[in-house]
Amino acid sequence: MKKNIFISTLLILTVLSCSKDDDHPEHVHEHELITTMTITLTPSDGFTGDTITLQMQDLDGDGPNAPTKSVSGNLLSGVFYDGAVVLLNESESPAENITSEIEEEDEEHQFFITPGGGLIENVGIEYINLDSNGNILGTQFQINTFDSSSGTLTFTLRHEPTKPNTGLADAGGATDVEATFNVTIE
Amino acid sequence: MIRYIYFIFCFNCIIVYAQNCNNTLSGKVVDFHDGTELERAIIIVKGTNKEIITDFNGSFSISNLCNESYILEISHPQCKTKELKIKVFENINKTIRLEHHVEELNEIIIYGNSFNEKSKTLIENKISSETLENYIGATLGDVLNNLSGVSSLNSGNSVVKPIINGLHSSRVVIINNGVRMEDQEWGAEHAPNIDINSIDNITLIKGAGALQYSGNALGGVIVAEAPDFKLKDSLYGKTIIRAATNGQGATTTSKLTKTQTNGLYSSAQLTFKRFGDFKAPNYVLTNTGVLERNASFRLGLNRYNYGLELYYSIFKNEIGILKASHIHTARDQLSSINSEIPLIINDFSYKINSPKQDVTHHILRFKWFKRFEGLGKLSLQYDFQRNNRLEYDVRIGVYKNIPSTDLKLETHSIMVDLDTQFNNSIKFKTGIIGRFQDNFASPKTGVRRIIPDYDKYDLGIYTIADFRVNDKLLFEVGSRFDYSYMDVFKFYRKSFWNSRGYQDIFPEIIVEEEFNNQILTNPKFTFYNFSTTFGSRYTFDESRSILFNYSIASRIPNPSELFSEGLHHASARFEIGDLRFNSEVGHKIALTFKLQNKNLNLSINPYINTIKDFILIEPTQIQQTIRGNFQVWEYRQTNAQLFGLDIDASFALNENVFLDNQFSFIKGNDLIKNEPLISIPPVNINNEIVYQNPNLNNLRLALKSEYVFRQNEYPDNNFEVFEAVSQTTELVDVSTPPNAYHLFNFNSSINIKVEKNYRLDLNFDINNLLNKQYRNYLNRLRYYAHDLGRNIILGFKYNY
Repeated sequence: MKKNIFISTLLILTVLSCSKDDDHPEHVHEHELITTMTITLTPSDGFTGDTITLQMQDLDGDGPNAPTKSVSGNLLSGVFYDGAVVLLNESESPAENITSEIEEEDEEHQFFITPGGGLIENVGIEYINLDSNGNILGTQFQINTFDSSSGTLTFTLRHEPTKPNTGLADAGGATDVEATFNVTIE
Repeated sequence: MIRYIYFIFCFNCIIVYAQNCNNTLSGKVVDFHDGTELERAIIIVKGTNKEIITDFNGSFSISNLCNESYILEISHPQCKTKELKIKVFENINKTIRLEHHVEELNEIIIYGNSFNEKSKTLIENKISSETLENYIGATLGDVLNNLSGVSSLNSGNSVVKPIINGLHSSRVVIINNGVRMEDQEWGAEHAPNIDINSIDNITLIKGAGALQYSGNALGGVIVAEAPDFKLKDSLYGKTIIRAATNGQGATTTSKLTKTQTNGLYSSAQLTFKRFGDFKAPNYVLTNTGVLERNASFRLGLNRYNYGLELYYSIFKNEIGILKASHIHTARDQLSSINSEIPLIINDFSYKINSPKQDVTHHILRFKWFKRFEGLGKLSLQYDFQRNNRLEYDVRIGVYKNIPSTDLKLETHSIMVDLDTQFNNSIKFKTGIIGRFQDNFASPKTGVRRIIPDYDKYDLGIYTIADFRVNDKLLFEVGSRFDYSYMDVFKFYRKSFWNSRGYQDIFPEIIVEEEFNNQILTNPKFTFYNFSTTFGSRYTFDESRSILFNYSIASRIPNPSELFSEGLHHASARFEIGDLRFNSEVGHKIALTFKLQNKNLNLSINPYINTIKDFILIEPTQIQQTIRGNFQVWEYRQTNAQLFGLDIDASFALNENVFLDNQFSFIKGNDLIKNEPLISIPPVNINNEIVYQNPNLNNLRLALKSEYVFRQNEYPDNNFEVFEAVSQTTELVDVSTPPNAYHLFNFNSSINIKVEKNYRLDLNFDINNLLNKQYRNYLNRLRYYAHDLGRNIILGFKYNY
């Protein structure tokens, strides 16, 4: 009996001493994290005006800090703007470009632009680039401004949407980015 | 004179009528040594087709015996079979004593733990091997769902977790072949990693009273036990195949056992299960296929005064998660809820794509026991478990085929138990348990760890005793002490760390601050927990008894409750744990009334469970991210109370027709916020009518009705999201429970004896007979899809 208890104590000790040393765990690099979205609106050939940048940045990712938003200026009425989107992971250095990954897997992604408020009646949107099946990818687009007004532009990136679709409402999928900016046409 | 003859004639008539076999022999089968009632003893009346199995109390009743001599053959697993000649001339009550020693000695090997009796004062529900065989291909949760007071928390139809009296996950302890399962049971979408084909029977204990297993089972204990081996030279086996229309797949399991009179035994068992996409009544549930491969091996020696056994099992399960449940934000969730059918429905396929789970669980166990004269039985068990959980998300780029969760949990346990009997009325059990656990979260996932790396040490000591005051009254007392120590390494986002106020409470646990927006911390926790149980049983007579039990159970917070800090995909919400939690302590009082006679078997089980520092999760705020808005769910400690009533009744209309009824009712309240608890099972009633005829190849036909009421008491966790298209805010209704539903299931089976020792059993079942479309409040994917539609199952079992 005593011998058995001795043996079992010994076994417990052996097991416990098998535990790993106190090596610190490895830091995980979050490669798919999108921290920053930058939309650049450049006046198309033949139109004049400043290039407008809309940016949303959330450096702590899913952390509690809210993202910050900035709009570099107002759009001009009656202008065609060439739009492009860049998605970055700035938690890594150097920052990773997520846009190129999305463009590689174009069939599984779609980018949507949704005007709101006074902009509903005052912007025209044309998606330029298509995926390999001929459906919209939307990371390049053209915006045509009409009359002076103010409202919102919402940019949404969906992963694995139903394609083709008629818009966000029937696209489904999972939202990777969603940002609403207050925009004025002057 | 004629009158006199007439009188004699009539008197004879009465005698003849009496001789027409109206006597009943009833009684108990007990242990020769200490009078313990022997459950599952088989009594065969030779020369007739009567075969009776003793119940929970060792009681039996054989009716329709004539005024003549019979030879009874009484057998019990591991006992030498006894023959008894008995002359029947009226209703007789007889106590049959069996030499119980062989079984007593073997129970350490035979039963999962060293103790045959799990709790004498708490209600125990058993599922026999025959019932289990009808469920091959189902999950443990599906099987237990048939018991009153048990529901299941589902994530789709293949991830099924048992809920006992309203409690689940870490509050339910599962003992698989004597091994306490350590399979990351903390997660609501982590199903038990157990193959029901590797076990023989299941006992459910509703409460924490069975302290030999654990002190933290606030909900209850599920004990899955290995089959018994007979001490004789034999080689036997069985193969079962069950094919089903829903999912267009099958489960097959085979088992081969060899036993010898010298006590050596060995057995091997294999299971293979493959299903494609399951179907709701009107559409395919895309990406819900299952691939499961299990095996178990057992090798042992079973002698008069000692025995040992080696056991190994592997469980590997790949489960597809409904494609339409892959959403990210509150906005996505709104679209899913507003759509009557899933947003993604593809053609049927066997392919399991992301999102999916791939879990592997290994168990290696060594057991030894020896009987010491004057001391009792001493047993020793060492077991090792490795649980590797991979969760694949829908990802992009080089991470497409890399899991986003990769956790490896390894557990070593050593148990020493002593079982002593002082005299005929006092039994005593005591034991000590040491456990070491190591959790490793792989950094190769490219996703921040949900559960951090940790080492955990546990030491538990328990003692349980029961005192048999007399034939009618029994007391049971027990207590247990548990020590736990956790050494954790966790990365926190600096913004999160500060927002929780941890920088002031735990400044000393920061190890490194060198990662751009993260810090590495080293939290250490020590918990001391006490659990006790007190119960009594009073047996009024052969048919009536009452059980009372009061138990206090303590549970330490699990890793998910302590450390969660991130997005939970299928539910599109952030989950946040708290380092400051302490143990929750539950006080449960349970009463059981039992009535058992020839025609009626009834148990009524009211209970009340008051839990101090109950840990629950609830929505607190909306968090903005670049992906959109998320609902934040935070764990919180409160005081809770659950009370309810379980009723089981079965009624024999005649020899062939039986009615079974189950009723469960439960209410759960948060006593601090004064609101209902979330995910409390709604009231449900099951009714079954069974026709069984042993003379027609044991033909069995059963029709079951399952009525689940709507849950009317729930907390309101609804919230609003901004709709960019319409520029309005919309309500996301995540709270409102679905409507009541009524399902019908049909089961039938027949046994065909091929030749001596060979038997073929055939099954034909239809689940959800009417193809009813419904959603289940306790299914976490109810927002995205309906539950399963009609399923036609064909089963073959061959015993050889």
